[in-house]
Amino acid sequence: MKLTDMTAVELGRAIRERKATAMEAVEAVFSVIEEREAQLHCFVTLDREGALRRAKEVQKQIDAGKLSGPLAGVPAGIKDNLCTGGMRTTCASRILENFVPCYTAEAVERLEQAGAVLIGKTNMDEFAMGSTSETSAFGPVKNPWNPAHVPGGSSGGSAAAVAAGECFMALGSDTGGSVRQPASFCGVVGMKPTYGTVSRYGLIAYASSLDQVGTLCRDVTDTAALLEVIASHDTKDSTSIPRRDTDFTASLQDDVAGMKIGIPRDYFTDGLAPEVRRHVLAAAQALREQGADVEEFDLSLVEYAVPAYYTIASAEASSNLERFDGIKYGYRAGDCQELHEMYKKTRSEGFGEEVKRRIMLGSFVLSSGYYDAYYLKALRVKALIRQAFDAAFAKYDVILGPVAPTTAPLLGESLQDPIRMYLGDIYTIAVNLAGLPAISLPCGLDGEGLPVGLQLIGDCFEEKKLLRTAFTYEKARGMFGNCREVK
Amino acid sequence: MGKQYETVIGLEVHVELATKTKIFCGCSTAFGGAPNTHTCPVCMGMPGSLPVLNGKVLEYAVMVGLAANCEITRYCKFDRKNYFYPDNPQNYQISQLYLPICRDGYVEIETQDGMKRIGIHEIHMEEDAGKLIHDEWEDCTLVDYNRSGVPLIEIVSEPDMRNAQEVIAFLEKLRLLIRYLGASDCKLQEGSMRADVNLSVREAGAQTFGTRTEMKNLNSFKAIQRAIEGERERQIDLLEAGEKVMQETRRWDDAKGCSHAMRSKEDAQDYRYFPDPDLTPIRISEAWLSERRAALPEFRTEKMERFRREYKIPDYDIQIITESRHMADLFEETAAICKEPKKVSNWLMGEMLRLLKEEEKEPEDSGISPAHLAALIMMKEKGEINGTAAKEVFEAMFHTDVDPLLYVEEKGLRLAADTDALQKVLRQVLADNPGSVEDYRGGKEKALGFLVGQTMKVMKGKANPGDVNRMLRELLQR
Amino acid sequence: MANIITDETIEYVGILAKLELSAGEREKARQDMGRMLDYIDQLKELDTDGVEPMSHVLAVENVLREDVVTNGDMRQGLLANAPGEKDGMFTVPRTFV
Repeated sequence: MKLTDMTAVELGRAIRERKATAMEAVEAVFSVIEEREAQLHCFVTLDREGALRRAKEVQKQIDAGKLSGPLAGVPAGIKDNLCTGGMRTTCASRILENFVPCYTAEAVERLEQAGAVLIGKTNMDEFAMGSTSETSAFGPVKNPWNPAHVPGGSSGGSAAAVAAGECFMALGSDTGGSVRQPASFCGVVGMKPTYGTVSRYGLIAYASSLDQVGTLCRDVTDTAALLEVIASHDTKDSTSIPRRDTDFTASLQDDVAGMKIGIPRDYFTDGLAPEVRRHVLAAAQALREQGADVEEFDLSLVEYAVPAYYTIASAEASSNLERFDGIKYGYRAGDCQELHEMYKKTRSEGFGEEVKRRIMLGSFVLSSGYYDAYYLKALRVKALIRQAFDAAFAKYDVILGPVAPTTAPLLGESLQDPIRMYLGDIYTIAVNLAGLPAISLPCGLDGEGLPVGLQLIGDCFEEKKLLRTAFTYEKARGMFGNCREVK
Repeated sequence: MGKQYETVIGLEVHVELATKTKIFCGCSTAFGGAPNTHTCPVCMGMPGSLPVLNGKVLEYAVMVGLAANCEITRYCKFDRKNYFYPDNPQNYQISQLYLPICRDGYVEIETQDGMKRIGIHEIHMEEDAGKLIHDEWEDCTLVDYNRSGVPLIEIVSEPDMRNAQEVIAFLEKLRLLIRYLGASDCKLQEGSMRADVNLSVREAGAQTFGTRTEMKNLNSFKAIQRAIEGERERQIDLLEAGEKVMQETRRWDDAKGCSHAMRSKEDAQDYRYFPDPDLTPIRISEAWLSERRAALPEFRTEKMERFRREYKIPDYDIQIITESRHMADLFEETAAICKEPKKVSNWLMGEMLRLLKEEEKEPEDSGISPAHLAALIMMKEKGEINGTAAKEVFEAMFHTDVDPLLYVEEKGLRLAADTDALQKVLRQVLADNPGSVEDYRGGKEKALGFLVGQTMKVMKGKANPGDVNRMLRELLQR
Repeated sequence: MANIITDETIEYVGILAKLELSAGEREKARQDMGRMLDYIDQLKELDTDGVEPMSHVLAVENVLREDVVTNGDMRQGLLANAPGEKDGMFTVPRTFV
C-alpha cells in the first residue's frame, strides 16, 4: 500500500510499527505537492525543510518510546488563520502578508504535542469570509476532483489538500460551515465540534461567538483521533469549556440500533439539487437499514438562519478586524502624513472586497440607531433558532440532512451574487448559531463526478453520538472513491 | 443686573486599580518598565489573542460599589467600545455599557450648607490605554503599550454638584473610600485617579439642564477648580451673546488657563457598543457578595466614632489620623503596644505629618511599624533619650523603619542615668551655686529649676532632666 | 429595494470602519448594502417580543483568572512585525496638534 493511500491513523500505526518513518511520510506528501500544488493552490506557505527537521525529531521520540499517540509522525496542514509561532500566518489577506506570530494557537500546540508534523499553512477565503476559497488574496484554491470547480470554503485549502493527498489531515475553522461545506465539496470528512470544545486561542477571529476550530480528515476514524488531540480546556480562552468526555475514539462503534434520527423536511425544499437530495436520502436509508429509527420532522426557522448569521457575524467581524490598522503588524500604506489617512489607506488597500463588504455591513448594523433593529433582532432570532434545535433534540439523537444545496460550483460563478453565495450556507449556518457539533461526510458523487456531502448534527456535547452514527454509515457505505490520481 | 446662572456638574472618574496584573492578561502593572516590556499578545491586540478577566478586578470594583452604596449588578457583561486610536491596540476598548457592575449609589460630602448626597449613576470596569509620546526629531508619535490593559473602574456621578468645592469634596471622598479599601492609591498627579468634568449652566431656577461639555486632561484639584470656573464663564459668555453651547469634548490647557474643542471630522463618536463575545458574563451570587460585604473595612465615619469612644485624644487629631486607613491602623496598633494613645497621636500629628508634607508622601509610603514606634515612645517616656534624639530616631524610622533601640545605641543617643559622672557634675553645680542652694533650702522651689538647667548645660543635654531633678532633690535634702 | 443607502451613509460607515472607497466601489457598496439589508429585513417577519437576545450560546459564566504575573518581557517578538519602530516603540503619524 502506498503511503499516500493510507489514512492518518493507518500511517501513524505504520510508523509505530517501523513499517514507515515520519520522514518518508513528509517526502511522500511533498512529492504529491510537487505534482499537484501548482494547479490546486492548497497552501499559502509550505515548509519542506522545517517539516523534515521536525519529522526527524518526532521519529527520534517515537523510537525512544516518548511519543506513542495515533497521530505521531503524521503530516498535517493548518488553515492559515491559526497562528503558528515562527511561521507566517496571513489569513490569506494582503494586510497580514508578512505577519509572523511569536505565539502558537492552542489547537496547533496540542497537535504538535501529539507528534503531528506541520507541513504548511493552507489557503482559504480571506479572513474566512467566503464559501468558495476564491476570496484569498493569493489566488483561489481549486477542487482536486475537478479543477474547474471551487473546493468550497472557507477552509478550502485544508479540504482540498486532504482530498488530493497533499497532507493526511488538516485543521480548519468553521464559523458558518467553513469546515463542513468544503469537506462536502472535496469528498472528505469535516467536523465542527460543540462551541468551546477546541480552544480559540490563536485562531484569528472572524466572528468570535460562532468560530470554532474543526477537522478535515480522510475518514471518521481519523476525525475522532484528531478531534481527541485538539479538544482541551484552555484557561487562555474564556469561552473554552471543561469537558471530560473527549475520548472520541471510544465512540467509533459500528452500531446505530435504536438511534433516533430526524430528517428536517424543511431542508428538502426546492433549492436543493435533486442529486444531492437523492444521495442524502439514500444515506438515511442506509442508516435505517443499520437499525436506526429514522423519521421526518419540521425543524422550522430554516430560512432565517442566514440573515441572522450575516448580521451577527458581520457585526463581530467589523470589530474583530479593527486591530488591523498598520501600526503593530501587517501591511501599512506608504506615505501617509496623517493618522486617519494612514488607517483608511492601509485598510482599504489591505483588505479584499468581500472582507470590506462585511466590515461595512457590520459597522452599519452596530451603528447608532440601528443596533436594536438589526443586531439585537438577530440575537433574538438566534435564541429562537436554538429553541427550535432544543425541541428537535428532545426527540432525536441526531439530525440528518445535506451539507449544501448543490455540489461544488464552477470557479467564478458564486462571487457575482453575494446573497446567492450566502444562501449556499443555509444548512450549515444554524449549527453555528446554536453552538452545536456537526459532521460532514461524503455520501455519493453527482453526474459530473463531484462529491455530495451528508451532514449529521448533534446536540451540544454529543459528538460521540455523531461519530458513532458517522462511523456506522461509513462502514455501510464502503470505500469512497478518491481524487488522488491526477486527472 | 445680569442673569443669575447655576452651574451643573457631573463627573466621570477613572481609577486605576491596585492589582498586580492587567485586567485581561498576566502582564505586570508595575510602573517604570522600558517601553513595551510589560506587554503580551493580549494587551497588544495581536490577532488570535483572547482576554480572560482578572478576578481581583471584579472584587475591587464590587468593594468600591459597596462602599459607595451602589446596587451590585448580579448578572453583568463586558461590551466593546469601538473607536480607532493608536493608544488602543485593538481599536476597541473592553468596557461595560449595558450591564455595568454597580449602579445607583451615592456618597456624602460636607458642604457649607451641611451634608450633601452626590449620586453615583454607575461604576464600570474597563481597560486603560497605552501611552503616546511625541517624537520631535522625526515628527511622529511613538506608542508604548505598557499601560494598555491596566484595570480601571469608571465612576460616573449624577449631575449633582454645583461648584468646584463640591467637586473637590466629592473626589476627596471617593479617594478616601477607595484608599481605605486598598483598591487604588488614587494619585491625581500620577494619573491613577483621573476626572473628566461634565458641565452645563442654566438660569437659576430653571428646571431643565443646559447643553453640557465634557472636559478632559485635569491633573490636579487646582486644574479642576480653574477648569470649572473657566468653562462656566465660557458657557455664560456664549449664552449672554445669544449663542449656543455645543455638546463636545474639550481639552483643558492648565498652562494657558483655557480649553479647546477636540473635534475632528474623523471622530464620529458612534462607538457601536456590543457585548464582547470573547468574555463570559459574570453572575454574582449572594454568598460571594456577603463575603465581600463582610470583608469591607471600617470606614472613616465609624472609625472616628469609635476612636472618640475608645481614646482620649483631641477630636482634631481623630479627624486627621482617620483620613488615612494606614495612619489610623498605625495609631491603633502602636497605642495597643505602648498604652499611650495621646503620645502616639502627638507623634503622628507632629513629626509624621511634618515629614509627609515635606517629602510629599502618603502615609503608606512610610515604612514605620507600630512595634518600633511604640518602642520609641516608651524609650522617650522612660527618659532614656531626649526630645531631639527621639525626633532623629523617628525620622530614621520614617524612612527605613530602623529598630529604635539599635539606632540609639549605634548613635550613642542614650541619656546618662544615675551614674558617677552625673553625680560628680551635680556636686560641682551645687558647689558652684551656693546662692541657689540657699534659696532652695529657704523654700524657693524655682531655684531648683536653675540648678537643673546648669546641670543640663554641663551635660550638653545628654542627661534625663527628670533624673537630674530627682537626684538634685536628694542631694539637697541631705 | 426598500433600503436606500445614500452616499452619506457609505461615507459615514467609512469613517467608522476606516475604509475609503473609490467612486466605483462606493456605488457597488451602496447597492450591496441595500440588498443585504433588504434580505436581513425578513427577520422582521418573526415575532421576537419577549425573547432575550442571545449573545452567548452556552451558559459559561464567571471565567476568572488569578491576579498573578505570568508574562515576562516579550517585547522582541511582539515588535518584530511592526511596520515602524523606534526605541522599542511603534511609530505612527503624529497624533499631537
